[in-house]
Amino acid sequence: MSDAPTERAAPLLAPLAALYRRELRLAVRIGGGGFMGVLFFLIVVTVFPFAVGPDMNLLARLGPAVLWIAALLATLLGLDRLFEADRDDGALDIIVGSGQPLELVVLVKCLAHWTATGLPLVLATPFFALFLAMEPLVIGATMLTLAVGTPALTFIGAIGAGLTVSLRRGGLLLAVLVLPFAVPVLIFGVSAAGAPALDPAPFATPFLLLCALTLATLVLAPIAAAAALRSGLD
Amino acid sequence: MFQRLTALANPTRFLGLVERLGPWLVGLTLALFAVGLYGSLVLAPPDYQQGETVRIMFIHVPAAWLAMFTYALMAVSALGTLVWRHPLADVSAKAAAPLGAAFTFLALVTGSLWGKPMWGTWWIWDARLTSVLVLFIMYLGLIALWRTIEDPTRAARLAAILILVGTVNLPIIKFSVDWWNTLHQPASVMRLDGPTIDPSMLWPLLVMALAFTSLLTTLHLYAMRNEILRRRIRSLGLAAAAGTAS
Repeated sequence: MSDAPTERAAPLLAPLAALYRRELRLAVRIGGGGFMGVLFFLIVVTVFPFAVGPDMNLLARLGPAVLWIAALLATLLGLDRLFEADRDDGALDIIVGSGQPLELVVLVKCLAHWTATGLPLVLATPFFALFLAMEPLVIGATMLTLAVGTPALTFIGAIGAGLTVSLRRGGLLLAVLVLPFAVPVLIFGVSAAGAPALDPAPFATPFLLLCALTLATLVLAPIAAAAALRSGLD
Repeated sequence: MFQRLTALANPTRFLGLVERLGPWLVGLTLALFAVGLYGSLVLAPPDYQQGETVRIMFIHVPAAWLAMFTYALMAVSALGTLVWRHPLADVSAKAAAPLGAAFTFLALVTGSLWGKPMWGTWWIWDARLTSVLVLFIMYLGLIALWRTIEDPTRAARLAAILILVGTVNLPIIKFSVDWWNTLHQPASVMRLDGPTIDPSMLWPLLVMALAFTSLLTTLHLYAMRNEILRRRIRSLGLAAAAGTAS
């Protein structure tokens, strides 16, 4: 046991890579929520024109906002299962007790969760944008901002998932706790996504701020979520 | 052993402190409000542009300051919970949350009442207003978290983590008027080059701020006392239930 780390080239990364593969495999199999997120995304985008009316000009203007709101809700939907499923079958205790830094474990789980739920949203965006009569340039900008911004939503959501992991009905509370922190992501995401449609509006400034938000949450959110997990489990 | 004794003794000593300080603080609050309200509603001159509506400021500005101050107080308490495991830190944070929510609500409502005659609208999505609304929602979310978790010690640590995460909002509120072009005016009292507000209006404002702070201190101490007593009743009830079960 003591000389096991020396046998491997990357003693820290190998278990984390295994965890990443495990999370992905669980997400795409029956019982995993990977597909549900995209379906929910489609439903929200479909419902919007019924609410605001089928005016194509109005929809084209609202398009980036609609896609961002749909992505935010779809991300929130799957987040309560981020730690809960592992807690239910006892896997979380094993992962916590495995000796890996819990912060990195949370980070890997977030990345895997984003690959399973966030990335499909980004890839589906161009098709759903056609429903909203958006221009090609705006579609590209929306896709880019979603690709950069949805990881931040997952990281922020991980804090809420860590806080509510031991609660029986934590889903609604998670949304209440997490949504205020998602506001800046939404603001800069939508303003960058809509920038190509409005001529004088700059794209780079909100986009770079969005990148900064994602990087900052990448570092800070796993620390807070890991602290919440430690407090919530014992 | 010694640690456990001090931990047990602290709340009792604290309750004694509240009993002794409480009446004095109530008197101080009433006196400050009497001076502050007389100064702001009677003595202070009406604004040359805004007329009498400027008097809303004497409630609005202290309430907004206290909304942020209460969150800072909760953040310090959260550190006390997580770092020093002080038994009263969580009681302090939990007791402060409804007070902070109330001050934030007061700031939002008075701001809305002031905005209607001055800006012509009850509400506008500007950075200062939005960030204060987010603060209000965060207070409510924290209260919801405390109400959801039954075990007080676990609720204490989870709430403390969320409080510390939420402190990112405080600098955003403070500097929102500088970073963005907001309809809300920039700071006019706490500035590096001194306040830009006339002394005839400044002194009632500062007295009102002191009165609000004194009010917060009084209510906070009594709310902490109630929380300690509530926890004692809870543990007595648990002990009684355990006694009948065995």
